[in-house]
Amino acid sequence: MENILEINGLCKSYEGFALRDVSFALPKGYIMGFVGQNGSGKTTTIRSILNMAHPDSGKISVFGLDSRKDSVKIREGLGIVFDSLYLADHLDAKHIEMQLRPFYSDWSREEFFRRLKAFGLPDNKPVGEFSKGMKMKLMIAAALSHNARLMILDEPTSGLDPVARDELLDILTEYIEDEERSVLFSTHITADVERIADFITVLHNGKVWFSGTKDDLAESYVVLKGSEEDLPAAVREKCIGFHGYRNGFEALLPTDHLAGLPGELEHEKASIDEILVYIAKEDKNERASQDTAV
Amino acid sequence: MKIIVKNKSELPIYEQIEEQIKAQILDGTITEDEQLPSIRQLAKDLKISVITTTRVYNDLSDEGFIISVAGKGYFVAPRNNELLRERMLCEMEEGLEKAVSSGRNAGLSDEQIMAALKQFLED
Repeated sequence: MENILEINGLCKSYEGFALRDVSFALPKGYIMGFVGQNGSGKTTTIRSILNMAHPDSGKISVFGLDSRKDSVKIREGLGIVFDSLYLADHLDAKHIEMQLRPFYSDWSREEFFRRLKAFGLPDNKPVGEFSKGMKMKLMIAAALSHNARLMILDEPTSGLDPVARDELLDILTEYIEDEERSVLFSTHITADVERIADFITVLHNGKVWFSGTKDDLAESYVVLKGSEEDLPAAVREKCIGFHGYRNGFEALLPTDHLAGLPGELEHEKASIDEILVYIAKEDKNERASQDTAV
Repeated sequence: MKIIVKNKSELPIYEQIEEQIKAQILDGTITEDEQLPSIRQLAKDLKISVITTTRVYNDLSDEGFIISVAGKGYFVAPRNNELLRERMLCEMEEGLEKAVSSGRNAGLSDEQIMAALKQFLED
C-alpha cells in the first residue's frame, strides 16, 4: 500500500511537554482517526505536518515529499479543517473564494460554488456569522475545490450538533471512495471515528500508544470485570488502569492474557473511549504508587 | 440487498453484514451472478470503514458465497453444483437403504428386490 503520509521519529519539546519519537503512516485511500486526551500531542503533530511547527528531529513526508523542503508543493494537495475558521471573518463566501483562488493552481471556482450550494451555505453573508457546522462545511468546500488529496481535520466535531457530525461522516466516506484520497481526523469524540475510521493512532503523553487498523485495536483489548480474589496475580500485573472498588474491579487487559482466566471473571469488548479512559487511569495509578513509594 | 448495521450489537459489524448477505444469498433475495456494491460503495453507504467491508468480501469469497471478477467487482457465486450433487447422492442412498430394508421385511429375496428396482429404472 502506498502511504500518503509518513511520520518517522518525530520529536519536539516545549516547556512542560514533549512529542517523543512519534511514527505512523497513513495509506492512500483510507481514513485514520487520530485520538488521545487533550494535551496528548495531536495538535503539535498536525502543526508539524503542516510545517507550522518545527520538529527538533524526525522526518515527515506527505505525498512522498519532504514536509519542510516541499511545504509549498504539499500545501496545494492538502485540505485543512480546523475547529475554528482560519478564513477572514468579515468576508462573505464570494470574497473568500477570491482570496483562496490564487493559492492553488488546481482551484475550481465552479466546484467551490457547487459545494456551497450542496452544503446549503449562503455566499452573501460574512462567514464569521456562520454557525460552527457551517464554518466546518465552508472549510471542507474549500478543500474539495482544489482537489486536495489529504484532508486533515483537527477536532472538527467539537461543538458540532449530531446532525452536522453525521453529515461530516457522509462527506468523508464519500471523499475517500475513489481510493486516491485519505483523511487524518483528530478528535477526542471517538464515536465519530469509531465507525468510519480504517486506522487508529492513539497518542498518549506525546508518544504513540497504538497505531494500526481499528479492528486490530478492537481485538487487542478487553474490559475485564469481576472480583479481585478471582484475579491471578500474574494477570493483575498486565492490567491497564486497574480500578478496584468495594465489590469488584475493572481494568483493561490485552487479549493475549485472556486465556486460562477463571470463569468468574467477565470480559467485554473495549470501545476506543474506554481504552482512552483506562490509559489515563493507568497514569493516575502510577503517580499514586510513586507517591506511596516516597 | 438490504443490510442493517446495529451499533449496539454484540456482534462485530463485519459479522453482522456477512450474516445478512449470506442469508439473502441462501433465501434467494440476491441471486446468482448478481453484482454486489463495490467495497468502497458499501463502506460509504453504511458509513463504515473500508477495511471492514474489505474483510466482509474476503470472508464471503473464501467461503464461496461470492466471487471477485478482476476489473468488474464482486458477484454472487453460481450455485455450488458439487455440493448439490453430494446432497442428492446422499438422499438416493438413504432411499435405497430404506427400500431394501422394507423389501426384506416383506420377505422378498435379493433377486426380487433387484427386479423391483429394475422395474423402476425402466419406467
